[in-house]
Amino acid sequence: MGQIKLSKVSKRFGDVEVIPPLDLTIADGEFTVFVGPSGCGKSTLLRLIAGLEDITSGSIQIDGTDTTDVPPAKRGLAMVFQSYALYPHMSVRKNIAFPMRMAGVPAQEQDRRIAAAAEALNLTDYLDRRPGQLSGGQRQRVAIGRAIVREPQAFLFDEPLSNLDAALRVGMRMEISELHKKLQTTMIYVTHDQVEAMTMADKIVVLRAGVIEQVGSPLDLYHTPCNEFVAGFIGSPKMNLIKGAEAQKHGVATIGIRPEHVEVSSTAGLWHGTVGVAEHLGSDTFLHIHGVAGCDPMTVRVDGELPVKHGDEIYLTPQNDKLHKFDGQGLRVD
Amino acid sequence: MATHHSRSAARLMMAPAVVLLLGWMLVPLTMTLYFSFKKYLPLRGGDLGWVGFDNYVRFVSSSAFWPSVLTTLTIVGGVLVITVVFGVLLAILLNQPMWGQGFVRILVIAPFFVMPTVSALVWKNMFMDPNYGLLAHLWEFFGAQPVEWLSQASLQSIVMIVSWQWLPFATLILLTAIQSLDSEQLEAAEMDGAPALMRFAFITLPHLGRAIAVVLLIQTIFLLSIFAEIFVTTGGAFGTKTLTYLIFQRVLESQNVGLGSAGGVYAIILANIVAIFLMRIVGKNLDK
Ligand SMILES: Nc1ncnc2c1ncn2[C@@H]1O[C@H](COP(=O)(O)OP(=O)(O)OP(=O)(O)O)[C@@H](O)[C@H]1O
Ligand SMILES: [Mg+2]
Repeated sequence: MGQIKLSKVSKRFGDVEVIPPLDLTIADGEFTVFVGPSGCGKSTLLRLIAGLEDITSGSIQIDGTDTTDVPPAKRGLAMVFQSYALYPHMSVRKNIAFPMRMAGVPAQEQDRRIAAAAEALNLTDYLDRRPGQLSGGQRQRVAIGRAIVREPQAFLFDEPLSNLDAALRVGMRMEISELHKKLQTTMIYVTHDQVEAMTMADKIVVLRAGVIEQVGSPLDLYHTPCNEFVAGFIGSPKMNLIKGAEAQKHGVATIGIRPEHVEVSSTAGLWHGTVGVAEHLGSDTFLHIHGVAGCDPMTVRVDGELPVKHGDEIYLTPQNDKLHKFDGQGLRVD
Repeated sequence: MATHHSRSAARLMMAPAVVLLLGWMLVPLTMTLYFSFKKYLPLRGGDLGWVGFDNYVRFVSSSAFWPSVLTTLTIVGGVLVITVVFGVLLAILLNQPMWGQGFVRILVIAPFFVMPTVSALVWKNMFMDPNYGLLAHLWEFFGAQPVEWLSQASLQSIVMIVSWQWLPFATLILLTAIQSLDSEQLEAAEMDGAPALMRFAFITLPHLGRAIAVVLLIQTIFLLSIFAEIFVTTGGAFGTKTLTYLIFQRVLESQNVGLGSAGGVYAIILANIVAIFLMRIVGKNLDK
């Protein structure tokens, strides 16, 4: 099975400590997503788990055995890279067969697993093509196929969808989620797209500068972000953070309210402002409101049918039970 | 979009280069063909008229012809094998991060800048001389009889000298090719359980296929016509007479321009046979 435990794991490149000592446990069968802004060390952390980078200190256990000094191939993990890293001179079939060939799996068993993977990933018609003759989404599926046939303890994904267009991304997101439901194998998934994180994860790990800011289920992070950074990072559009006099009224340094938790009215409300840019998505409209003290512009979500336009005067009232409060250090106050 | 006007301007501007190139190629080729059908002995009567295919028949029926073709192919083949094998190894070595990388790379590339004549002389006098060459001292140090390289192992010596000259070229091209290999592919193979040797065989080597093809083709073109290395070392003796050298002897030593020209035409044919042969084996790597 695939329980992964990091104890006091740290990593430095020369003088730069990219990941300060960090503890993390990933339960067997769990879909864990690492999110964070660019350069925060998500890929590095994943590569440490994979064994592609040596850890500076600490230890990694997979299923209770210390794998800190075990080479990547022996850790029983399969990785899907951002660039897919397919072998360009081999056919799809040979690409998928490669890890089994290296492991000395008998030919019949290889064929059986290739057929099963191709069937599951809709690749049956492409088995004899080269990667260069496939579309981005198909390549992605080959990369996943190559990982599946190894029957690994855990899958590691490093931004696997970032090279795909928006529609394909949504499709592949579902496919990977379904794959996880079917295989019930541990998966670690790196992304900086918080929509992917929210929709796919059992557990999200939010990283900033190599430090774990919060670990929890997507809804935990949405409802009770432990600090301002997580509050601003999870949720789309971002939570409005209001400082100054408005926050003082609640006795804290900052209050936060999500765009979907603000009520709008053309006649009366707590705050008052003018509509700037209105982003019409059809089902919803995101309004950027100027002139609200302590938060300019403030984003609010309204029904797509609501007739508002640039320059309209508008009144806003936050739902009081949905207010988030943060102290001077940015930590959550309950 | 090129307008009609700019297209004709472009043609006009390219014309000198095209004319020059054509002249460079066509004039010598036509003259070679012309002389190959003549009996032309500059010091013994000059132009003695047309002789049809006489020169061609005489050149091939000379006892030196087939050995010279064999020698040419041996040298070309030997140098190609050595430069490609060691080129790949050196390229891998130079691609490893190490202290003083830039300096080492310059050292490896340096032999390419030495003129063939000079490098052959250096090898002949400093390394291979049986009395005071470095290799002779080395052999004596171990109590062995110094080898008379250029007479006892003449062909091998020339292959060695020429390989030394061309190794930098092969290394340089292969190094740039290795640097363009996506490191994630190697990492993926590593995670897929391929040990270093397998990664080399399954990932690095196929990736280098195209560069190796380029090295083979370009080197063949130049190696078929090596001359200086033989001229200054053995002077064509001890079984080192290549086709090029044989032609040189016919024209300059025997002063028979017609016979030499016929040899030149054979050399063109040989070069084309080798090129077609090589294209067959390696050419398919080029259009991948
Ligand atoms: N080989 C290396 N040598 C030195 N520094 C490195 C190396 N690899 C990564 N870093 C540094 O480590 C930090 C984390 O990099 P990492 O690739 O893990 O970021 P990331 O979170 O994956 O970002 P992104 O979302 O852009 O992929 C960055 O500041 C980067 O510059
Ligand atoms: Mg990354």
